[in-house]
Amino acid sequence: MSLAHIAVFVLAALLYNWIAPARWRGWLLMIASVLAIYWLQPQTPTRQLDFFFPTATLVIAFMSWLFTRQERSLAREDWAALGVMCGLVLLISSTRYLVPELRLTSRPPDILAVSIALTLIIGLNLALWRLLRSRPLLLSFSILVIVALFVILKFEPLAVWFSGILRAWQGQDVSLATSADLNWLGFSYIAFRLIHTLRDRQTGQLPDLTLREYLTYIIFFPTYTAGPIDRAERFAPDYRDLPVLTASQAVVGLGRILIGLLKKFVIADSLALISLDATSAAQAVSAGGLWVLLYAYTFRLFFDFSGYTDIAIGIGILYGITLPENFNRPYLKSSITAFWQSWHMTLSNWVRFYIFSPLSRWLLGQSKRPPLILVLLICHLATMIVIGLWHGITWTFLIWGLWHGLGLFIHKLWSDRTRRWYRGLQQRPKLWKGWTVAGVVLTFHFVVLGWVWFALPDAGLALAVLGGLFGL
Amino acid sequence: MSDWRWLAQTPEHPHFIARVLAKAALLFVVVNLAFALLNPLDVIGAVSLYNGPVPGRVRLPYGEDPRAYNLSLNNLTAMFASHQIARPKSANEYRVVFIGDSSLWGILLHPDETVTEHINRADLTLTDGRQITAYNLGHPILALSKDLLLLDHALRYEPDMVVWLTTLRSFPRERQFDAPLVRHNAGHIRRLFAAYGPAYNLSDDRLIEPTLLERTIVGQRRALADWLRLQLFGIMWGITGIDQYYPDSFDLRTSDFDDDISWEGYTEPRPIPENMLAFDILDAGQQMLGSIPLLLVNEPIFISDGQNSDLRYNLWYPRWAYDNYREQYRAAASTHNWRYLDLWNSIDSSEFTDSPVHLTPAGSRQLAERLSTEIIMIANEDT
Repeated sequence: MSLAHIAVFVLAALLYNWIAPARWRGWLLMIASVLAIYWLQPQTPTRQLDFFFPTATLVIAFMSWLFTRQERSLAREDWAALGVMCGLVLLISSTRYLVPELRLTSRPPDILAVSIALTLIIGLNLALWRLLRSRPLLLSFSILVIVALFVILKFEPLAVWFSGILRAWQGQDVSLATSADLNWLGFSYIAFRLIHTLRDRQTGQLPDLTLREYLTYIIFFPTYTAGPIDRAERFAPDYRDLPVLTASQAVVGLGRILIGLLKKFVIADSLALISLDATSAAQAVSAGGLWVLLYAYTFRLFFDFSGYTDIAIGIGILYGITLPENFNRPYLKSSITAFWQSWHMTLSNWVRFYIFSPLSRWLLGQSKRPPLILVLLICHLATMIVIGLWHGITWTFLIWGLWHGLGLFIHKLWSDRTRRWYRGLQQRPKLWKGWTVAGVVLTFHFVVLGWVWFALPDAGLALAVLGGLFGL
Repeated sequence: MSDWRWLAQTPEHPHFIARVLAKAALLFVVVNLAFALLNPLDVIGAVSLYNGPVPGRVRLPYGEDPRAYNLSLNNLTAMFASHQIARPKSANEYRVVFIGDSSLWGILLHPDETVTEHINRADLTLTDGRQITAYNLGHPILALSKDLLLLDHALRYEPDMVVWLTTLRSFPRERQFDAPLVRHNAGHIRRLFAAYGPAYNLSDDRLIEPTLLERTIVGQRRALADWLRLQLFGIMWGITGIDQYYPDSFDLRTSDFDDDISWEGYTEPRPIPENMLAFDILDAGQQMLGSIPLLLVNEPIFISDGQNSDLRYNLWYPRWAYDNYREQYRAAASTHNWRYLDLWNSIDSSEFTDSPVHLTPAGSRQLAERLSTEIIMIANEDT
């Protein structure tokens, strides 16, 4: 989100609260979200991808909603929502004939082609849904499609290959294909929201949602680019009962946005000038210099991400949706477990629900049950590797995941073995305080050193930097 | 959200938002007006990480490529505060300040390859035991007015001697107010010209006099951001020692030319009109320095032996214009009794890089050696 996007969202919120009748607000949020995802999507070197990516998001969202639906028919409101969604897509497609300044995307495809494609895809989905009796199969199939798309987008060789296919389709030079062409804005977050709903339907935990509710939840524009990853059962009650904005809520919302702007556009963007990256890592001439770059990167990451979260939460409040918090002073935590309970909390919760807990239950349910310590190790590693690979399928993200997985595992062993001693320590306040401070410093530096893997694209360079930090 | 309730602890009130907005607007106006009236950019510019947590720069900040960890700005105080000249002067230091253009600044040269660093490495000592320390205050803009501005500011740092390197391109009077650094320091340049006599139209439109609105925080946001970026880039300068982006390759200065001998609108050889060249600015510099020795140097240029080199020395200068300029410079130096050194052909043509005045490291060293002899001689006379 740029400053212009944020300004428009805030001004639109004022109009929304001022003139929109309560009964239309839900619809307005859905329409605004559909339009916003086209507007937010950056231009891509491959022609018309900036139209196809948001359109694919809508189609996948519709497919997921349909397959998670318990009723065997669509309600009138759902048909209306589907009509509005398709109408908006066609409206955006029709802007092809307007001057570039009036388009939401750079050059949408022909409206006739879009109409035919939409009809075919939606018709096919509806036919599949009606014909296939096995709902678990449809749900598993949908999860597989989303994971496959995720892997293609995040794994460089596959992304280049897929980008080449898209370029060939558009009649562009295939040799220029790069993974950067596939800049599908927000897909990482959308994928996790979709998987959450599909998986929760499989386990019977997903509440019934109309297409309008489901679509707005998946693409709610403040959270589209950088989260938080809300949960459908938490989002739906807010959406169904959108409140009248009070003065104090407006102050909280606008205050969060202002604080977010300060964090993101002043602090994080300033720190970006002195942050660790592949170039500066190779240029630094001393260990001290590397530490400065690494600390700058550490705080930049926090201010950038938590600033975005503040802005998203602030805008959400202005539109009547209370989004979940994502950060809670993570760098001041005294253990790595506490860090992960306060850093990107909605992602941590997601992997706990869908990786850690099911995996540990499955392992413990085996007839030849593995030792508990092994279960813990496997579950921590698997969870953190998923978080690592969620950022990109590379060796460095994999190692970063392993780093934290091992950290969590070791901390778990340590805390289990020192629990009684630690309780005793709490009776001695000075010692306990000193121990906590030492824990904060140690945890912080464990996280900081882990960022080396996260910041650098090459494992060899990351290893060299880690050595360089200690004068090696 | 409970952690954020502090933002709205005031009880609900029908005019609560309106009051908050009104107070915010009032505060905004008051702070901006105070900023415009106090004009604290100089004070802010003096606040610097350089020569403290991070080392001072070897040359003045200049550039637009963030990969160089450097930037161009117009705040002279901030520029000088970032330079190693802002360090306290030691008792046994003989401080020689170099003023000039991109040749002196050292385009394509690493910081330790510039003329001044070659001189500093030579470890030159005067007969009274003082150590010569050279400071590179070159700035890659061709205008004597810009040099005069920098010279005036440099006087705050107690120079014992000044070496001013120039080339013909810096002299045309018409171009003296083109440089952004000059245009954005209009008040300063007007004061200097009024005090030391160069006769120019000081109400020239190019000299920017900011309005009240432009002097507010909003109006000066670019200047404030530049100051902040200068400090942050200082950290990168301290960590990497890089202050310039070096391309993998560059186009070598042109050796072959068309048979065009035009220069500054003149298509035929003729004497350069009196008053076309800004020798009066050099005179202003000399007056400004008073008893501080000044050495004026016509800097080396690339002399081609390629096609049509009988008509042109290089891409910038047809022979007739440059020869005429040298004659005028020599005559002016004689009239005003300036210390003048004409080094136009002192460096071999193979030691020039991407322009007729940019030197290779070896060329820079040769120039430093040549200048060192003169500096020692003048400094010993002076002491």
